[in-house]
Amino acid sequence: MRDTVRNRLVPYFLMGPGLIWLILFFVIPLGYMGELSLRSGTLGNFVFDWNFGNYTDSLSRFDSQFLRTFIYAGTATLLALLISYPLAYAIAFRGGRWKNALLLAVVVPFFTTYLIRTIAWQTILGDSGFVVDTLKTLSLLGDDGRLLATPTAVIAGLTYNFLPFMILPIYASLERIDVRLIEAAKDLYSSSRQAFWRVTFPISAPGVVAGTLLTFIPAAGDYVNAFYLGSTNQAMIGNRIQALYLSERDYPTAAALSFTMMVAILIAVFIYIRFAGSEALMGEEDER
Amino acid sequence: MKWLRHNGILIYAGLAIAYMLAPLFVIAVFSFNDPAGKFNFTWEGFTLLHWENVFSIPDLNEAMTNSLQLAAVSTVLATILGTLIALALVRYEFFGRRPANFLIVIPMATPEVVIGAALLSMFLIYGIDLGFTTLLIAHVMFSISFVVVVVRSRLIGFDRSLEEAARDLGAGPFETFRLVTLPLIAPAIISAALLAFALSIDDFVISNFNAGDYVTFPLFIFGASQRGIPVEVYSMATILFLITLAAMALTVWQQRRAERMAAVQPEEDVAAPTALAAGNARG
Repeated sequence: MRDTVRNRLVPYFLMGPGLIWLILFFVIPLGYMGELSLRSGTLGNFVFDWNFGNYTDSLSRFDSQFLRTFIYAGTATLLALLISYPLAYAIAFRGGRWKNALLLAVVVPFFTTYLIRTIAWQTILGDSGFVVDTLKTLSLLGDDGRLLATPTAVIAGLTYNFLPFMILPIYASLERIDVRLIEAAKDLYSSSRQAFWRVTFPISAPGVVAGTLLTFIPAAGDYVNAFYLGSTNQAMIGNRIQALYLSERDYPTAAALSFTMMVAILIAVFIYIRFAGSEALMGEEDER
Repeated sequence: MKWLRHNGILIYAGLAIAYMLAPLFVIAVFSFNDPAGKFNFTWEGFTLLHWENVFSIPDLNEAMTNSLQLAAVSTVLATILGTLIALALVRYEFFGRRPANFLIVIPMATPEVVIGAALLSMFLIYGIDLGFTTLLIAHVMFSISFVVVVVRSRLIGFDRSLEEAARDLGAGPFETFRLVTLPLIAPAIISAALLAFALSIDDFVISNFNAGDYVTFPLFIFGASQRGIPVEVYSMATILFLITLAAMALTVWQQRRAERMAAVQPEEDVAAPTALAAGNARG
């Protein structure tokens, strides 16, 4: 009897320390951020007084940054999907014995420091760089045109930096497909295109859903790309949160802004999941 | 035309891979640059100088040492805590599994600014001095979930009959764990640890909120980027990259070997490198 009670407690002992760490340093801090967001006053003397005004203020002050954040992150996610799906498809179905090497080539760039990677893009898209020169020669860009400090550069950076989040889940879902299903569709007189849209793509949909979420969330919260590749006109919410906390030290507004952003992203994600209707998202179902 | 229809996707894939490798190429090439001014943005000429003097900038060395120390401690803690959680989740049916799972997924789905800002809010309210300790708290926190995911993916494909055999042959539960379970899941624990290490050493966003005066490698780059990044940073980034690459190749190789020994389903081997890379891109 005592033995079974002890056995039943084993998982709690195993998980205990780690989960407590997550509660203490993730869940509870979110609560404190909520508390901080309802304070008012000046630096050194912020008092808690249910000041919901911080929320309305931060929304009206930073509405353009909010809009921009969702447009940039959304566009980057879409572009990442357009780049990733065919690539993942090619590796999964046409990779042959090069599969692993190709996968490695895909993830390898992301083993360099994130900041350095972004600074490398700053170099590539720089005013006297090769890309700008080529675009000028092709008259796609005016003589005094530039890429840096434009939305294009920031979106390009966001698209690039989160690619593995898109490629790998899609690859994993394509890899699992039984090729015989596609052959069966073709035997039953479907064209390649029909076979793709009615067999391959639906099976890979959970990978697409997971990939888009894993790309959108960090992209929406990012401020590094906007910092290096954009100007203040391309500032995203992350840039404002960073500045409000670390240089302006207007903590209540900063906290309110962070909370609003988290909630906005959660709502977007929720709507998206409802729309995409995927249960395989977290992989919880096929785990055991 | 038919050829193009058939091979178009391969051409597309080739271009995509070239695109992905472009920054890497730029970093490596510009580590040999000899810039005229402070900014290493245009190609001026070839020099080996910055490779010879990689370790000649005291602040950079200190930042790198700080990063390595922080990553080492954070990796050990996160790997232990995360592995224990993974064992509990895969091995036991218990009340509260779903909320536990949820608690592990949520930090990975939260934007890093929010994680950093929330922690800073708490530290501010309690007036805690920012530095190594606050960074360590943050790094362990964001690494745990990734460790759980990697180790769990491996435990799911685990052949329990090996443990049963050990028990039948008279081994106690702890002996079984030490002599059978641990060696078999060791590759997963190692790749989880590597991932935790990579996440920690590369973290900028969360660290920027909770570092105080403690400068890590990414924070050094961020500070230096305002006034011109020393070319040595490019060389050091290249070295760091090569080390990570070697470590990754080593785990893949070791994992293959372990798989052959344990005859685990080959399906599982995408999971570890997948999480490994996905985690790394978090920055």
